[in-house]
Amino acid sequence: MANADLVLAERAVREKGHIASNTAALLAAVPIGLILFFLLLPTLIVIPMSVGTSPYIEFPPRGLTFKWYEAYFSDPDWMAATWFSLRIAVATTFTATVIGTLAAVALVRGRLPAKEYLQALTLAPLIVPHIVIAVSLYLFFAPLGLVGNFYGFVIAHSMLAVPYVVITVSAALQRFDPNLELAALNCGATRVQAFFHIVLPNILPGVAAGAVFAFLASFDEATVAFFISGIEGKTITRKMFEDIDFNLTPVIAAVSTVLTLVSLVLMSTIEIARRRSDHGRRE
Amino acid sequence: MDGASVSVRGLGKRYGAVRAVKEVGIEVRSGEFLSLLGPSGSGKTTLLMMIAGFELPSEGAIRIGDRDVTYVAPNRRNIGMVFQRYALFPHMTVADNIAFPLRMRKVAKAEIRRRVADALALVQLQDFGKRLPSELSGGQQQRVAVARALVFEPPVLLMDEPLGALDKKLREQMQIEIKRLQQRLGVTVIYVTHDQEEALTMSDRIAVMRNGSLEQIGSPTELYDNPATPFVADFVGKTNFLEAVCQSCNGTGLEFGLGQSGFIHLKECPPNLPSPPRPGDKMRVAVRPEQIRIFRPEDSDSPPLNGVIEAVIFVGSFRTFLVRLAGGELVHVQASTDHGIAHPQEGDRVGLTIPSQAVQFFPERRP
Amino acid sequence: MRAKPLAGSPFGGRPTSAREYGPGLSLLLVAPLVLLLVGGFLYPVGKLFWGSIFVPEATFANYGRILQEPLFLLVLWRTFEIAFVVTALALLLGYPVALAMARVSGRTAILIAACVLVPLWTSVLVRSYAWIVLLQRNGVVNNALIETGLTETPLRLLYTQGAVIAAMTQVLLPFMILPIYSVVRNIPDDLVRAARNLGAGSLQAFFRVTVPLSLPGVTAGVLITFILSLGFYITPALVGGPGTLMMSTLIGQQTTELLDWPFAGALAAVLLAATLLLVIFFRRALALNKGFKLG
Repeated sequence: MANADLVLAERAVREKGHIASNTAALLAAVPIGLILFFLLLPTLIVIPMSVGTSPYIEFPPRGLTFKWYEAYFSDPDWMAATWFSLRIAVATTFTATVIGTLAAVALVRGRLPAKEYLQALTLAPLIVPHIVIAVSLYLFFAPLGLVGNFYGFVIAHSMLAVPYVVITVSAALQRFDPNLELAALNCGATRVQAFFHIVLPNILPGVAAGAVFAFLASFDEATVAFFISGIEGKTITRKMFEDIDFNLTPVIAAVSTVLTLVSLVLMSTIEIARRRSDHGRRE
Repeated sequence: MDGASVSVRGLGKRYGAVRAVKEVGIEVRSGEFLSLLGPSGSGKTTLLMMIAGFELPSEGAIRIGDRDVTYVAPNRRNIGMVFQRYALFPHMTVADNIAFPLRMRKVAKAEIRRRVADALALVQLQDFGKRLPSELSGGQQQRVAVARALVFEPPVLLMDEPLGALDKKLREQMQIEIKRLQQRLGVTVIYVTHDQEEALTMSDRIAVMRNGSLEQIGSPTELYDNPATPFVADFVGKTNFLEAVCQSCNGTGLEFGLGQSGFIHLKECPPNLPSPPRPGDKMRVAVRPEQIRIFRPEDSDSPPLNGVIEAVIFVGSFRTFLVRLAGGELVHVQASTDHGIAHPQEGDRVGLTIPSQAVQFFPERRP
Repeated sequence: MRAKPLAGSPFGGRPTSAREYGPGLSLLLVAPLVLLLVGGFLYPVGKLFWGSIFVPEATFANYGRILQEPLFLLVLWRTFEIAFVVTALALLLGYPVALAMARVSGRTAILIAACVLVPLWTSVLVRSYAWIVLLQRNGVVNNALIETGLTETPLRLLYTQGAVIAAMTQVLLPFMILPIYSVVRNIPDDLVRAARNLGAGSLQAFFRVTVPLSLPGVTAGVLITFILSLGFYITPALVGGPGTLMMSTLIGQQTTELLDWPFAGALAAVLLAATLLLVIFFRRALALNKGFKLG
């Protein structure tokens, strides 16, 4: 190398910088570690709690047992609530994904009057406090017999979930090269054929991510579910809410663990898929 | 497959107050290779997009053969198109990409297979059908795009700077391939480019665009030898511009003064002027670098133009001399490299002559 | 046979470019969303506010009550107080984490990202429940305090304002960290190096270069955290007690226990007005429609 001196000098500078930043890093590591512990502890503590033998909450748990999981899976009330929540979440995922994807296409590529107001309206359910939505829906649904009702829940949860779908699909559409669609039209495809053959396959990761968000937005949703659940139709979150207030047993820890695992598996999957596709794009 | 004629009449496109294309009229003959040449922003791509049906014109009409397609949807125009960055469908294999127009036309499966194989053979990619576009080189992707655009045997093929993303050597090779393919198939091609060399090499005719208007249309030699405007003279090939004043005009010819630099003598009135210039008229004179003759001053008694060589640029088969005239103008002179002859060097005094037929005149300050 | 296009009209005609979907098709595509949001959101919320004024008869009495009864004014004050403290704490704890997340690389970066994202992805209900487990009489924190001899009898931690603040800070912390992170990550390292090169000490470089440049992220994080805190329901409902009523829990109580839904509607209107005022006033800083804009 012609400028070996320069390289050496540069390395020396960088190492000196490293030493300085290493001490700073060590000094910072302790408080940051504590903050991260504060973030993580209440998230993960339910897992050890759910396998302790004591009927009271105990930490660290003594013994290892799966009886709280057995109790959960054999309790008809818990199972009814779980199935109710799952059915709602699946139906919500379907409706919100279809409605949100179609709307995202129009909002990104379409010629619409008052487009900005439509975009603001789409995002409104994310901004308006859920307690306001919950009370409004309760009063709206009660006289219509939609409280504790599957369809009432699907309407409510689709409305809460659809902004996530619109946001993720819009982002995917903006990365999509519109020339591909023009090429499809030029090849003789109609708008509809171009959408299903060319646009949809290319924005599918965004649609899938939107669907996962929609599923979790419904399955984990607690505020609205608390208000529009009935004695019969009750979601898993409403059932948890009640049991925390009246019947605090490690079964709740077991249910919490199940909920947490569902969320983590789904979200990690799309996070990993996203990073992989980002990586692929850069190459 | 037979080419169809394309007729563009009074075509215009407005974006708000901006007029991207202004009253353009072009008659493309069937089987012709026509280039739309111009700098970026000249409206050539917008014009192509209107022919393809991706942009609706604000005024005017487009006909393909005897069919008015001005407002026909793009998927019903039956025009092939090669996009700037190819626009290959990234989730489909090469074969599926080429099959796509046939599938949209509901061609039978066996027929599709046969025609895709033919199209792949046409662009010499027989073994690449199962690959994804991302697994191909730029040149190969370009050929897939051509195959996809030709597989349904359209009478017209549009190409939007199709070679822009390739390096120089590959570009020159593809120019020849595309030209040969076009001649073999007889398809009408409308080819957008900003590269004048590319347009000169490939086209039957070139339409030069500027600021949304058609500046001149003609064969490569017509444009090169008889540019209608200084813009065309400058954009197509290299040109020296000199300011000149007409000094005399009589039976023995015309004489133009170049100030202190000397004069130009012509035997007859230049063909691109509507009327003979009168003494005192100011003109812009355009001369191609290869048409100026350069020689040592001792070889002639009184050379019309005198100058000093400022630099010599060697370009292989020829060399370019930058000559500073006595009046201060810098003139490019191109001479082929003759071996065994001592060439003038930097700092040498030289004389220049300009043959009558080599000169283009443009009235000063065109309206 | 040629149809002239009606360019320029937003409702009629066809698109002048195939890059756009025409207004008819666009309206058709967006119609189900509009139907869902109008029927499932705008109408019910509007009905609640209508009821707060016009049921049983047109009166602003419900709004007057909020201003007249000290309890409700106290709740309103407490809501803003808690939201403010939670936001301040989240900023204090979140800023260093966001900075670290942007500065480190490799495994450490993934570890920090996981610590921030995992809580974000976990149900708020589960995390609030975990805080009960931590803070109750014989909970994890009390046990630890007794074992280390810091206290002899268990402390009353749950159902206090401190519990609400701690739990809400933990729940909302990722919403503070992520906006700051996304801004700090894009500050070029060269700027700090340039500042050092120009004679700034490392602290000076931090306060004069990094901090000012991170302000857009801080503003967004502070606003999002504050707005979410104002309307938070689950955590204060579970971890808080009667002494820590906030606007959200008060609305819930009025609806489910006292069945005074016109008054609940008035409370909801006040909460929503506070939220919307913040959003509209700071909408640039929030960049809410970033998702729709090209480039």
